Amino acid sequence: MADKQLLLGDEAVALGALHAGLSGVYAYPGTPSTEITEYIQGHPLARERRVHDRWTTNEKTAMEGALGMSYAGKRALVCMKHVGMNVCADPLMGSAMTGANGGLVVTACDDPSMHSSQNEQDSRFWGTFGMMPVFEPSNQQEAYEMTRAAFDYSEQRTIPVIMRLTTRMAHSRAVVTPADDIRPQNELHYPTHPRRWVTLPVNARVRNRELIKDYARFEEDAAVSPFNQLSDGPDHQLGIIACGIAYNYLMENYPDGCPYPVLKVSQYPFPRRLALQLAKMVPTILVLEEGQPLVENMLRGVFPVGTKILGRIDETVVRDGELSPDEVRKALGLPALPTLEASQVLAPRPPALCQGCGHRDFYTALNNVLKIDYPSARVFSDIGCYTLGYMAPFQAIHTCVEMGASFTMAQGAAYAGTWPAVGVLGDSTFTHSGMTGLLDAVNSNADVVLCISDNLTTAMTGGQDSAGTGRIEAICAGLGVDPAHIRTIVPLPKNYPDMEQVIREEIEYHGVSVIVCRRECIQTARRHAKQK
Amino acid sequence: MKQDIILAGVGGQGILSIATVIGSAALEYGLHLKQAEVHGMSQRGGDVQSNLRLSSEPIHSDLIPRGAADLIISLEPMEALRYVPYLAPDGWVITNTVPFVNIPDYPPMESVMAALNQLPHLIAIDVDAIAKEVGSPRSANMVLLGATAFLDFLGPEILRDGIRRIFGRKGEAVVEANIQAFDAGFRFAKTNSERV
Repeated sequence: MADKQLLLGDEAVALGALHAGLSGVYAYPGTPSTEITEYIQGHPLARERRVHDRWTTNEKTAMEGALGMSYAGKRALVCMKHVGMNVCADPLMGSAMTGANGGLVVTACDDPSMHSSQNEQDSRFWGTFGMMPVFEPSNQQEAYEMTRAAFDYSEQRTIPVIMRLTTRMAHSRAVVTPADDIRPQNELHYPTHPRRWVTLPVNARVRNRELIKDYARFEEDAAVSPFNQLSDGPDHQLGIIACGIAYNYLMENYPDGCPYPVLKVSQYPFPRRLALQLAKMVPTILVLEEGQPLVENMLRGVFPVGTKILGRIDETVVRDGELSPDEVRKALGLPALPTLEASQVLAPRPPALCQGCGHRDFYTALNNVLKIDYPSARVFSDIGCYTLGYMAPFQAIHTCVEMGASFTMAQGAAYAGTWPAVGVLGDSTFTHSGMTGLLDAVNSNADVVLCISDNLTTAMTGGQDSAGTGRIEAICAGLGVDPAHIRTIVPLPKNYPDMEQVIREEIEYHGVSVIVCRRECIQTARRHAKQK
Repeated sequence: MKQDIILAGVGGQGILSIATVIGSAALEYGLHLKQAEVHGMSQRGGDVQSNLRLSSEPIHSDLIPRGAADLIISLEPMEALRYVPYLAPDGWVITNTVPFVNIPDYPPMESVMAALNQLPHLIAIDVDAIAKEVGSPRSANMVLLGATAFLDFLGPEILRDGIRRIFGRKGEAVVEANIQAFDAGFRFAKTNSERV
């Protein structure tokens, strides 16, 4: 037996993929998914096997790169946070049509309760939407084993497999015992269904009908999967369907075993056959699932008339937010454990920009200009550390929606009459999804001031390489911004007068201005200083 | 045996260094373990916590239920208070007394200490001062860990072994400084817990 290891759920997925013969990981950093790729980047087996592990520019390029590797017969892993699935939705949906050749696993890490995210969308819906199987491990050991199984299954059924984790699974550590065998990597080989890979209507219509048939087969596979288990209990008043890590919270409340029949679900399409078996045993079914009520919604209409369904929709289970042993306890009707009273002497401590961070100096200078001389200004910001410019004392931004929206929303508002319209994003967000928006601005000669607060890294997720480092001004010039209006400033208190002068000049220029505000992230700077 | 521990502090204080030592010790001792961590945006100077669960039996949930925590270890006094609703009525709070003030409305220190002193089982300890006293100013976190050792959920020697394993690659001097700090915390807690 191989050595036991203490691994995050993310790391268990990474190790499972390496042991499954991975040839490439394709990912853009995003909490809570980042550690999957970082683990592979640091693993000796990845170096020895020359596994592709460089960060990609965004999730769409990641998904496409991995699909290309799968086409060439090798095993590829794609990793992202849940909202990354929106960015790569086009190639993701396309990959169901092409199918997989080499095993293709797409890992989506959801963030219910939005610990570090802008929404709590449930990635299992992509499986239903795109007709792809979804695996959802309930613990770290399963995460390792299911990742290996997902690669095999992907090749067996020639379909990409979505692996769904949630924050608590991704960022919790437990002991994992890896398997003894490490599978070799695949040799280069091409698909046996070449027509699928050219999704012209003439081919796609045929493939769509195949996929619909395949999807029914995936559901039957899920019904007999070892990852889905129906177990009986002595008390038939209630039956419980527990998906993914909700199973743990259920069992936590019954240390001596659950008295009710339980259907544990970790592989989808949801096996309706097993749910019907459960419905024959009990009058009422409680659905416990992390995220949105996907299974609960599906079950309404499946069961015999008279079966009562409890879950998030009728608020037996909390309607939004992450599940916990306490929320599940409440849903089961068990009394709360005795505890101490909450303290009254508490102040909230929200996250904040680090002391000494360049974003702070940028926002200070921007505020000094806008709040006094341009009170009509609107600042469109974006996803990254600098979103914290919303908090006191800066209160410097008016919007934050999704990666890249700053530059494009500023243009829309400018066209509608907003002046000055200022866009603010970071260097990594700029290359992720801001460059195309900048090209739009150039083509329509929008009256906007677009600021790139460049800290030379992807800071929010812990300092991963940023795709455009050292080439930001060149990229802007290449996209057609007038070089006279690409201005570079260094955000430091002593430079406030110069910074404010530049910001004023570019507001007064009625065309596309780019202000690059560059100073290294204080966290990575410290790390680099230590390494020296 | 089961020990449910909430580690608390402010992002950047390094609560995970304590979790890593306990985790390594527990693993070596053959216990089951789950440790939920905080990554991402909340690490930026906000409140952070880690749920560390040790047990001789398999553990289901990664999260500790309200009212089940045996111990809160906090690097910051107000942050210790934040997780009191998770503490079992007979649970312990072991906290640093030095406030980390990065918010404008930090409550008066007297009220924070008064609230802490109302808890049935408290050890409050100025870990920075003690770390300096024993000549290990950079090992304040290990003073706090040492202060938990009298509870004997893992013997002090097992925790010391954990320190040796985790810091071993940084050299003997670093290991020694951390052991010194650990022992100072252990002594402090032993003396002060008898008065509780």
